[in-house]
Amino acid sequence: METTDIGLWGVPLAMLGGAIRVSTPFIFVSLGEAITERSGRINLGLEGTLVFGAMSAYAVAVMTGSPWLGLVAAALAGLCFGLFHGWICKFPKVNDIAIGIALMLFGTGLAFFFGKPFIQPSAPDLPAIPFGAWSDIPQVQAALNVNVLFLIGAALAVFLWWAFRNTRVGLIVRVVGDSADAARAMGLNPNTVRLLATGVGGALAGIGGAYLSLYYPGSWTERISSGQGLMAVALVIFAHWNPLGCFAAALLFGGAGALGPALQSVGVTQGYYLFYAAPYILTLIIMIATSSPSRTLAGAPGELSITK
Amino acid sequence: MTGTHSKAIGVETIGMTMRFGAFTALDDVSIKVPAGSFHALLGENGAGKSTLVKCMMGFYHPTSGDMLVDGRQVAIASPRDASALGLGMVYQHFTLVPSLTGAENLVISREKVPGVIDWRKERTALAQFMERMPFKLPLDVKVAELAAGEKQKLEIIKQLYLGRNFLVLDEPTSVLTPGEAQEVLGLVRGMTKAGDLTVLMISHKFHEVTAFADDIAVLRKGRLTGTGKVSDLTHKAMAAMMIGDQPIAALDSRAAPKPDAEIVLKVKALKAPDRTGLKSIDIADLGVRSGEIVGIAGISGNGQKEFLEVLAGQRPRNGGEVKVRGSAYAATRAEARALNVRLIPEEPLKNACAPRMTVAENIAFRTFDVDGNGKPVSWISAGAIKSFSARLVEQFKVKTASLSSPIASLSGGNVQRAVLARELTGEVDLLIVSNPCFGLDFSAVAEIRARIMKARNAGAAVLLMSEDLDELLELSDRILVMSDGALVYETPIAQASVQTIGEHMAGHH
Repeated sequence: METTDIGLWGVPLAMLGGAIRVSTPFIFVSLGEAITERSGRINLGLEGTLVFGAMSAYAVAVMTGSPWLGLVAAALAGLCFGLFHGWICKFPKVNDIAIGIALMLFGTGLAFFFGKPFIQPSAPDLPAIPFGAWSDIPQVQAALNVNVLFLIGAALAVFLWWAFRNTRVGLIVRVVGDSADAARAMGLNPNTVRLLATGVGGALAGIGGAYLSLYYPGSWTERISSGQGLMAVALVIFAHWNPLGCFAAALLFGGAGALGPALQSVGVTQGYYLFYAAPYILTLIIMIATSSPSRTLAGAPGELSITK
Repeated sequence: MTGTHSKAIGVETIGMTMRFGAFTALDDVSIKVPAGSFHALLGENGAGKSTLVKCMMGFYHPTSGDMLVDGRQVAIASPRDASALGLGMVYQHFTLVPSLTGAENLVISREKVPGVIDWRKERTALAQFMERMPFKLPLDVKVAELAAGEKQKLEIIKQLYLGRNFLVLDEPTSVLTPGEAQEVLGLVRGMTKAGDLTVLMISHKFHEVTAFADDIAVLRKGRLTGTGKVSDLTHKAMAAMMIGDQPIAALDSRAAPKPDAEIVLKVKALKAPDRTGLKSIDIADLGVRSGEIVGIAGISGNGQKEFLEVLAGQRPRNGGEVKVRGSAYAATRAEARALNVRLIPEEPLKNACAPRMTVAENIAFRTFDVDGNGKPVSWISAGAIKSFSARLVEQFKVKTASLSSPIASLSGGNVQRAVLARELTGEVDLLIVSNPCFGLDFSAVAEIRARIMKARNAGAAVLLMSEDLDELLELSDRILVMSDGALVYETPIAQASVQTIGEHMAGHH
């Protein structure tokens, strides 16, 4: 097919496509972190979970030939990491943030160790749906080639938003996250609820990792994650722990991440690499803009160690 | 569950005894609360009230003793058993989940909650249930946005919603305005009269007991020291049952106020953000003269805490000025020392002590780095700290195992005594006090109030913030009411009326 020159229109189009492509891991990690934080714990280890999920998904996909089995493996690996975090944090005087940092380093280190033999072979990709097939313009087709995981993530965000209000499990997670005393008075064990919430959060982060290695960028390297797991934590705070907000914020971050490549694709040759830093600058700006020395964040779960 | 409209139940304890190791917390206590009665349980801190109640509710397993519910002997091994029998408890602190709405709180606390909640059906059921209740409450608002009185009502409603007809109320009015307290207790009283509810109320406030309860039981040091009909007992008789024959510190008689005395503390147009950052406190004009106690009343959360934090230097201000004896005051250590400003914040262990440092060190915080003439010293003398503290511990009757025990190991009353010892020693021109007697027992309260009055009579200007209106009425020369971050009402003590103050506290003016 011949490339059509659509000029500067290429920038917003590429950003839209980029937002959809880049945001998917953000969506999964931030939704997972939202569940964990709503239960009153912070899991900073999701960066490590993400990388380990990417590695295990790729490895299993290479060995079995099925990207879906890879996805399941990543979710299981993430579940294990999450449960491990939740289990350690139930002991008194254990700090969830310190454990998170330890697990982040542990996860990436372990992924590099087991991932060495899988840098060369190539694995099958997760399928995408070509929503842009109606158009003749390749840029439009590229932008609207949407991976199924993005759609699942979008549906999951809506489901979680609904479930936090309308299901028993959702209410229980919120009760535990807001007041451990009230939860105990109801006969709930906060540690068990948090263990499971951290486990589910880890599994979702693992799926986010699978997307990285099995679709975009689509291969396993040691530099596969550029801090998405950590930025997702910032994103949850920015989204005020609301799953729909997480989805929107993930798109925003994804769009910012696509700015650099988009400018490059329309022929900007100077300074575009500065725009590669856009997501990080955006993280900083958001954290500064939403922080205050004397005020706690609206919507913050009462049991979080950072807001207590 | 909630549908059935069951009747009040009677509860009785027989020879309840609870030992923790060698310590006997509860010694052979038998009380009888007949169905449909309003019973008050009185006693000082540590008298065994909460131990008794916890035994009844299944939190503790008594060493010996039995429970009768409606005349039948029952075994209560856990709070779940108590709840199945219809016994419920409303705690002093709220157990509602702040970020959930009232309706969500009620539904999730039920024993059986469906996996997916059909809110339309639940709302209809709740509306029907609420029609039978004497309280009217918005159930679609987040609990965090409810006033304290509404939260307390919701706590009681929750117990009734869960089908509990015997309620233990643990100091239910400690966070309410006098008006709210009247309303809540009045409604509860109505339900007991109608035979829908039996109440056992733990309380310190005699006037509430007299106004609402049928009978009382009094505990002292784990023993039942008295029971009787409220109508037969005077406050004096109740107090005697509670504290026995120990001496109570008498309040100094109030020295005559001097209306032209120097204004020591002057606050003008002070603005500061409150805890949420959404609202701000705004003190237009406040002056406290030497030799007077100015009381600030208000429901907690109306900015008193923030005001104190600004005066204590714990919170930045957005504008305005604070002057002590004419010079600007920003609460630095040097200024506090030069102007003789002393501070007794609420929760002294948290706000005025280093909990793990020793009693001696904590008492010496104001003086450890200066010598006898107020000159800075380069070497700190442990011996001087010890002898200074030993003197004050003696003088203020702080009960401590040793001067080198961590201050956190002291009881609440003794921590407060140690802080008073530190703050009231030496010259005091301005004393800022907040809720000094919260959670302390009778004799400690009397003593601490006497010390504050003594400081006033010695010429200190005292700014007293308290959530306890009785305390303010007892101590203050003038009372101001703080509501929504501003001082909205002022009255000299001679003309003070609880009614009017309460209305201003609730923001009805």
